[in-house]
Amino acid sequence: MSLLSEAWAWLAVEGRWSGPAGIPARTAQHLAVTGVAVLLGAVVAVPAGILVGHARRGAGWVAALMGGARAVPSLGLLTLFGLWLGIGVEAPLLTLAVLAVPSLLAGVYSGFLAIDEAIPQAARAVGLSPGQVVVLVELPLALPVIVGGLRAATLQVVATATLAAYTSDYGLGRYLFAGLKTRDYAQMLAGSLIVIALALALELLLAALQRAARRVADPAHTSDPSGRRPSRKDHP
Amino acid sequence: MNHPHLLIPLALSAALGLAACGGGDPLASPSATDAPASSAPAASADPIVIGSQDYYSNEIVAEIYAQALEAEGYEVERQFRIGQREAYLPEIEAGSIDLFPEYSGPLLQYWQGETDARLTDDVYTELQEAVPEGLRVLAQSDATDQDSYVVTREFADEWGLEKVSDLEKVTTPLTLGANSEAETRPNGPRGLMDKYGIEVGFTPIEDGGGPLTVKALKDGDIQLAIIYTADPSIATNDLVSLEDDGGLFLASHLVPVASEDVDDNAAAIIDAVSEAMAPEELVELNARSVEEQAPAADIARDWLEQEDMA
Repeated sequence: MSLLSEAWAWLAVEGRWSGPAGIPARTAQHLAVTGVAVLLGAVVAVPAGILVGHARRGAGWVAALMGGARAVPSLGLLTLFGLWLGIGVEAPLLTLAVLAVPSLLAGVYSGFLAIDEAIPQAARAVGLSPGQVVVLVELPLALPVIVGGLRAATLQVVATATLAAYTSDYGLGRYLFAGLKTRDYAQMLAGSLIVIALALALELLLAALQRAARRVADPAHTSDPSGRRPSRKDHP
Repeated sequence: MNHPHLLIPLALSAALGLAACGGGDPLASPSATDAPASSAPAASADPIVIGSQDYYSNEIVAEIYAQALEAEGYEVERQFRIGQREAYLPEIEAGSIDLFPEYSGPLLQYWQGETDARLTDDVYTELQEAVPEGLRVLAQSDATDQDSYVVTREFADEWGLEKVSDLEKVTTPLTLGANSEAETRPNGPRGLMDKYGIEVGFTPIEDGGGPLTVKALKDGDIQLAIIYTADPSIATNDLVSLEDDGGLFLASHLVPVASEDVDDNAAAIIDAVSEAMAPEELVELNARSVEEQAPAADIARDWLEQEDMA
């Protein structure tokens, strides 16, 4: 309890909210690291997911591979990348991108696989090319699940992006590392609180995005899983 | 016969020892009357609990303590790799660990906060006063494991560097790479400015002078790093440890912390170990761990045999 109030007191110190090492600057760095890492992950995961999902083949194989990838310890991977790339923000970015890939990839291919097989077949039957089937039919229908994957990946990455401070002066992790070693637990807790707030804000944002994606995928609300579709009961 | 007189203090000390490590621990202690009051070296039935940091070098030293005591008939319990000072010192103070290899300077800083003492003997004298009740520090060893500024051999040759004060000859900007706490602690840029008048930049690298720090030195991302004097990577990576001629770093000698459960006989055994360990031997022990991946128990056994203490 007193630790929590100390953390609030730490946050309330005026000088912490400005300057190149202030909380807003570090929060912006943290968000930037998160954004770039998820983007890097998406560059790999989205095409691969589309390939697997559209072909409807190899999903079991990919799922096993990604299950394994989820178990890779990020700190160990960071040290490996760090020894390869040197210090700086590159190694943490790469590590976080690896962390983002499994959730993103799973979102894309399972979104595709959840579509009734008859729908892409029908699209092909009316003369759409495979590319058109993907872009015009499958992607919009899979969108809610894809955004769900994005949501899971972002949450993981934003929470783990504190690792960026392991090899560089970047992001909110600095408060955690500095606090741990100097027994300044108020600083550590304050840093964690900011990360938690950030994670919650992103979660809300992406949840809204997911709802929007559902409207795109299903404008008539015929299969809205949230149960808010107009049913006969609602409209007697 | 004075046997009854002998028994009373022994029983008392056994009872005290048990009381000290009681504290609601369900595993603790048969009643004091069960404690054998006679059997020679061990004054109580409790084994001596030896702890170590989550640091391979510290674990080797703890293992040496353990095997040296076992060789003399003591029963020991190993509680190794307990993390860093913040995690284990409260356990020592609470009496659940009896013996722990420590380092004089950092330990003094932990108990006393900032201190002006820097030199070996000053630190040890202050440390003896700072020790909380119920604990004591045994004799310190010549072996040190302390922070030092290191540069690459190439960089040292280029600018003719041997001592930290030589850094003022360097005309290019200097960046220090170390754990982030060094930015505000006296062993970082502030200390270099205060003690030496040398200005350096700072890059946090959180692996405590490990492989990432060495890589950054070799890449030239940083020019200065803080690496422990006993770290074999100084030799294997051809780094140069600069002599701290301005007395910036705290002297940090290997020193055992002991509770009252460590009797005088046991303390004498540990003192003999501390005396036998030379600074370069500690580096060699560490090197065996890092280069051969030899387990701490083997390294400790070989060293004790070599010193005729097995």
